[in-house]
Amino acid sequence: MARIQIVTGHYGSGKTEYAVNLALALAAEGKKTALADLDIVNPYFRSFEQTSRLTEAGIRVIVTSCGGVADIPAINPEVLSIFQNDDITGVLDIGGDPIGARVLARFAPQLNRADFDLLFVLNANRPETQDVERAEEYLRAIESQCLQKATGIVNNTHLCGETTFEEILKGARLAEELSRKTGLPIVHHAVSRPFASQAAEILGDRVFPMELYMKKPWEMNFC
Amino acid sequence: MAKELWKGNEAIAEAAIRAGCKYFFGYPITPQNEIPEYLSLHLPKIGGCFIQAESEVAAINMVYGAAGCGVRVMTSSSSPGISLKQEGITYMCGAELPAVIVNMMRGGPGLGTIQPAQGDYFQATRGGGNGDYRHLVLAPATIQEAADFVQLAFDLAEQYRNPVMVVADGMIGQMMEAIEWRTPEKRELPEKTWATTGTKGERKPNVINSLYIDPNLCAVHNDRLAAKYQAMEDAETRWEEVDTENCDVLFVSYGTPSRICRAAIRQLEKEGIKAGLFRPITLWPFPGKALKKAASQESVKAVVDVELSMGQMIDDVKIALEGCRPVSFIGKAGGVVPTPAEVAAAAKAAIGR
Repeated sequence: MARIQIVTGHYGSGKTEYAVNLALALAAEGKKTALADLDIVNPYFRSFEQTSRLTEAGIRVIVTSCGGVADIPAINPEVLSIFQNDDITGVLDIGGDPIGARVLARFAPQLNRADFDLLFVLNANRPETQDVERAEEYLRAIESQCLQKATGIVNNTHLCGETTFEEILKGARLAEELSRKTGLPIVHHAVSRPFASQAAEILGDRVFPMELYMKKPWEMNFC
Repeated sequence: MAKELWKGNEAIAEAAIRAGCKYFFGYPITPQNEIPEYLSLHLPKIGGCFIQAESEVAAINMVYGAAGCGVRVMTSSSSPGISLKQEGITYMCGAELPAVIVNMMRGGPGLGTIQPAQGDYFQATRGGGNGDYRHLVLAPATIQEAADFVQLAFDLAEQYRNPVMVVADGMIGQMMEAIEWRTPEKRELPEKTWATTGTKGERKPNVINSLYIDPNLCAVHNDRLAAKYQAMEDAETRWEEVDTENCDVLFVSYGTPSRICRAAIRQLEKEGIKAGLFRPITLWPFPGKALKKAASQESVKAVVDVELSMGQMIDDVKIALEGCRPVSFIGKAGGVVPTPAEVAAAAKAAIGR
């Protein structure tokens, strides 16, 4: 696994949920972890909303666009610290769609020298990545906007609160098809924790169990 | 049909295409940008036309022009942008033009913030433009409803020859939910004999206009419009009731806060309090009669109005209830959303628990 994990994908593919869980998992392994919320296209459902949880886990959170609240493409220069410090494990949460991935082009000089994985998060239930042709088209469009090649696929097929095990397997089949077509490995099958053991029986050790943190306001627990 | 995961704004854009809308004129503003983004990509593929206008004012006047030609046309914006469109909306009501206008509301006043709010209730239901005009206002609370209502809105607009507004708070536009595509119930729609489609030398030219310079003719025009608005009130008032039967306390809420009320209802149930939700689906016409019926039940001790505003719909709630029950309010404006716990606490306070 490379020192810098870059998470890209379609709007709603679940990039942010995956990025937050990935950062927490890396920090739990004892790695000095930083998460950069580099979504400059969408002001809602952003990884920086999990700042207190991430900070508690020892993760440094780098927020763009004036603390995340403004809809302007203002990059926090602190992002560069991830490229400059070899002892940091970095997770870059990139905005949705090819247009969101364009932010990475600004870091091309750094990325050309860095050790990174560029992950394409795939949700087979999103209309524009439902079949292998369209999924590849999306993947290539993201690559062309960010001036880098993808290195792996993350199957994160879900239907928000209506996800079933069958949906996850459907996503796994699409991810395998995309993997064969592109030669890219499947890095993870990201599943919410209740599905993890059932998924591992079929999909093996690439299953990545996730807690679902990115909730809608009415899904918040009473406290 | 299998469920798909859609983002609210994208679902609204796709719903417009499915409803036969081939023309969109708009100007970017958060949190609705995925609507023009999606349509700019997809309308050219179906022989339609997308124009990013130089301003919201230009966009609504392009909508006026296209609607006058009898085609299905939509614009969308968010609160400050909708303010700019008000002149166009009253002109369209005056000229009786069908079109769909989407307002993905954000915090105000002025430029406010880009987070969800419902501070445009007065503007949507009373009209920010001049004159005695009305238009239907549909308020989805789910992405499924957003997709359904946009398709319905195009039919309603043509049926009544009047613009229809779909209003939602930014949360509905930005969040993801599983939906299935459904076709709206078929309506008999009138032929557009009034549209400016070219006379072909066979008829007098059609003129699209809201100017009735003779006061007697303008008065007749207003009487006719009023009769049309009454017909909308009679036939198109919509609402949903959740657990209202014999409830102790009744929430009134629409859009995102109505879903927070649902979570609060489940919590209150655990504490032995029976709460219900009355959710207006049309903000105009406001379902006042149905609300009074639900609130007048002997069991109901108090009504709690919940909004992402400082209290706007509450005026309609009070008008509807005619003082028959105490009405209290909980809401937040400026992009902050109350939690289910806060809403539940407000219900308990209202009934003295």
